[in-house]
Amino acid sequence: MNLAAQLPVLPIITPLILAPITLLLPKGRAPWAWATIVSWLTFAACAFLLAAVEDVGVISYQLGDWAPPLGIEYRVDLANGLVLFLVSAIAAVVFPFAYRSVQLEIDDRQSPFFYCALLICLTGLLGVTITGDAFNVFVFLEISSLSTYALVAMGARRDRRALTAAFNYLIMGTIGATFFVIGVGLLYQATGTLNMADLHDKLAGQSNRVVDAGFAFIVVGIGLKLAMFPMHLWLPGAYTYAPSAVSAFLAATATKVAVYVLIRFIFTVFGFDFEFLGAAFTYVFLPLGLAGMFIASLVAVFQEDVKRMLAYSSVGQIGYMLLGLSFATVEGLTASLVHVFNHALMKGALFMAVACVVLRAGSHSIHAFSGLAKRMPYTTWAFIISGLSLVGVPLTVGFVSKWYLLQASFAAGHWYAGFLIVASSLIAVLYIGRIVEMMLLREPAEEGPYAIPRRDAPLSMLIPMWFLVAANIYFGVNTELTGGLASRAAEALMFMAGGAQ
Amino acid sequence: MISPSVALAAAVGLPLIGCVAIWLLDKSPNLREAATLITATLLLVLSITVFLAVGNGETPQIFVFEVIEGLPLAFRAEPLGAMFGLIASGLWFVNSLYSIGYMRGHNEQHQTRFYMSFAVAISAAMGVAYASNLFTLFIFYEVLTLSTFPLVTHYGDAKARNGGRIYLGVLMATSIGLLLPAIVWTYAIAETTEFTAGGILAQHVDAAGPLVGVLLGLYAFGIGKAALMPVHPWLPNAMVAPTPVSAFLHAVAVVKAGVFSVLKVVVYVFGIDLLRDTGAATPYMWIAAGSILLASLIAMNQNNLKARLAYSTVSQLSYVTLGAMLATSMGVMGGATQIAAHALGKMTLFMCAGAIYVAHHKTLVSELRGLGRVMPWTFGAFFLGAMSIIGLPPMGGSWPKFFLMLGAADAGQIAIIVVLMISSILNVIYLLSIPVQAFYMNPAEDGAKAQGAGGKGIQWGNLKEAPLLCVLPPVMTAAGAFILFFCADPLYNYLAPLIAEAP
Repeated sequence: MNLAAQLPVLPIITPLILAPITLLLPKGRAPWAWATIVSWLTFAACAFLLAAVEDVGVISYQLGDWAPPLGIEYRVDLANGLVLFLVSAIAAVVFPFAYRSVQLEIDDRQSPFFYCALLICLTGLLGVTITGDAFNVFVFLEISSLSTYALVAMGARRDRRALTAAFNYLIMGTIGATFFVIGVGLLYQATGTLNMADLHDKLAGQSNRVVDAGFAFIVVGIGLKLAMFPMHLWLPGAYTYAPSAVSAFLAATATKVAVYVLIRFIFTVFGFDFEFLGAAFTYVFLPLGLAGMFIASLVAVFQEDVKRMLAYSSVGQIGYMLLGLSFATVEGLTASLVHVFNHALMKGALFMAVACVVLRAGSHSIHAFSGLAKRMPYTTWAFIISGLSLVGVPLTVGFVSKWYLLQASFAAGHWYAGFLIVASSLIAVLYIGRIVEMMLLREPAEEGPYAIPRRDAPLSMLIPMWFLVAANIYFGVNTELTGGLASRAAEALMFMAGGAQ
Repeated sequence: MISPSVALAAAVGLPLIGCVAIWLLDKSPNLREAATLITATLLLVLSITVFLAVGNGETPQIFVFEVIEGLPLAFRAEPLGAMFGLIASGLWFVNSLYSIGYMRGHNEQHQTRFYMSFAVAISAAMGVAYASNLFTLFIFYEVLTLSTFPLVTHYGDAKARNGGRIYLGVLMATSIGLLLPAIVWTYAIAETTEFTAGGILAQHVDAAGPLVGVLLGLYAFGIGKAALMPVHPWLPNAMVAPTPVSAFLHAVAVVKAGVFSVLKVVVYVFGIDLLRDTGAATPYMWIAAGSILLASLIAMNQNNLKARLAYSTVSQLSYVTLGAMLATSMGVMGGATQIAAHALGKMTLFMCAGAIYVAHHKTLVSELRGLGRVMPWTFGAFFLGAMSIIGLPPMGGSWPKFFLMLGAADAGQIAIIVVLMISSILNVIYLLSIPVQAFYMNPAEDGAKAQGAGGKGIQWGNLKEAPLLCVLPPVMTAAGAFILFFCADPLYNYLAPLIAEAP
């Protein structure tokens, strides 16, 4: 059997098959080391896959040699190739980072289960991204969600509120998944197929209540998963009380994958022939994106808990992605994809910095950040640089995102959206600036619950974190991978969807 | 000899290397200061190289790399940028001497951080000066904002925190909220951000529509560093910084980067022909004129010396904006020469203020009576600097005022000439009164009856000047302002390409 020919399936089966082995390993370092190795193997597979896709355009893989539309097809093009690369890269950075943080925050006996669940979650996210089959999306979505519920609940050792947060997420996530599967069922009823490309062909020209309802169910279902405002209520709790490493991983990947799924369904499955779509852009994605950008960002300003603040900021940032795709232009879609990538880099780094603070201070309250520059300078500067990136300062990825988004809004004639984008990034200046001022200009607490020893995080955390921070700068000055690839991916998606109309 | 094109990139990179050297030499202050001075000297050589090359009619340029497709980080020197680069690097050298005298004379904390931030700031200022497109300019503009934040909040107390918050808040809000959309909008319209003689917008916009005026407004207020009212509050608030910061950054590098950007945008993005034909600049001309008068009136009521100088800066910066918005070649020339003249003059005044503070710990104007008799060099320099700011011959500052009047006459705006005259009178009152009182009135401590004129004259045998490194630099810049008066012709010819396109 030629391994190269099986390359498209490797990102899925590597973590899927190797994950249960974690459970057999003794407690301590072994499960972590194993999971880290698996995450790196997965990353290697995704990187090779992206390189291969760049050469040939689209790779189609038939699972078990069953031909689509009956068999399940893995279909990799530039758009999901990029997301696969991103998700596996974040995993490859977060897994090594997790060890010390998890050691502190999770019961030692649970660590094999923890790393197993994390690998399963990774499998699910990659599966959702790679598959070309609508029902298979649901299957992987549930795989990733179920493991995520467990992972969030594991934060209960530090804070019992993790249990209610996980339960809340479970209910909302299940509603979302149910809506999604109902929508897929309706489409199946209308077309008799589940393969996305096939769905696209069969849906062309169809406009009836069944398809319209299917579309609505799917959008709401995915909307819940990607925390589209106002369906974001599960997110702040889940991100706040999950173990720090899990927050970092989820914030950088889970919602991004959901955004990708939304893009895939809108542009590949439905396409511009679908009449409902224009209304959805104008009356759903654009206003909800803008509302999220402002309301969630404003809420973030008033949070006393830094993880919760970053979580609300994530809801706001998802608004940018929705805004970009709502323009329904190549530029807008490019901006969305670029921001999916870039936001993962900045939020990942920010949550990792918080994880470092939690390790030393035992708290993610804003008070723990007082005078942090004097106690943990490397963590502080990692937070500042990725915070500036979130604000959109030049030479960081955030600026690149903002530039693409602004350009897309002006090019699409939505100049008011351009001003709203910059206005909402000024809100980011407020909530990031608040923390930065705490860290730089306040004195650290000498005693009390927020006193921190003068000791930075261990190298095992600093190195992965600074790796992401460096990525924030590298992709801020070299946009060949992000911007170049994303614009080609967007062109392909728009072409499939029926061109800009 | 290094080629002028390479010198452009080196001028931006060198201070960053200097910054690392300063950091490494944290433990030995003398070597650390040597690193600053060596960097400053080399930078001056680089900027002179560029300046001379541009004077010979060359156009040094260098492409660094492409950030986003169609948006390169690139540098290209033209007369205005070469002049600004020379002023910034030359005055950084002077200011480095002064900083050493001031920071040591005053036993400041965190001196390494101070010099490091300074080095990054000058690198950003050089980047602004030599930027070949709006995109590059914006990048360095933001770096300049961020790198000066640690300097403004140097003391770290509640006052510094508050000042720093307003400083960063106003500058970030204007640059991200207005300038960035303006640049992207320009790019969306013209599909380039490259500075081009005659402007890049002219062929792309409907001259009759409101777009030109709206865009110009976004630039005028978005470039917050130009401190056009009402986006000026960051400047008085930045005065919580140590005096060398106020002297160099908030009289030269930062604020001049602002007005320089306004001039660049008007000349190379809009083109003065477009502005004149559409009349889009006229409202902003009046705002600038209002800013000149209002800031002067506020300055008159400031008893704190640095605050008075800060409002004077707000007023003087609007001269440059006014010159740009007159949309005539003489107006642009007036704005451009004002950048040079005001830099020398205002830096002199600030350095004198710092010297007074180091020597006598006095910050209020009312405390300075009679002080000139023990600090004749300092107040002598102050006197010359104030003359230059006001625009009295034989100081360099008289030329920009002259060009601006010509420009206003060309534009047919007689009222602007009146504004300029009133402003000069206000300047005389609130600036010249300081050295006059210092020389001719008795100190307040001598009792109420000793307040009148007369007294003992300068006590040459019993001077109480600040340390040499605090006194020599303002004397140097004051001399520079004097020499500039005789350089009007070469400077005019040097800057002539700027207005060559306009009839």
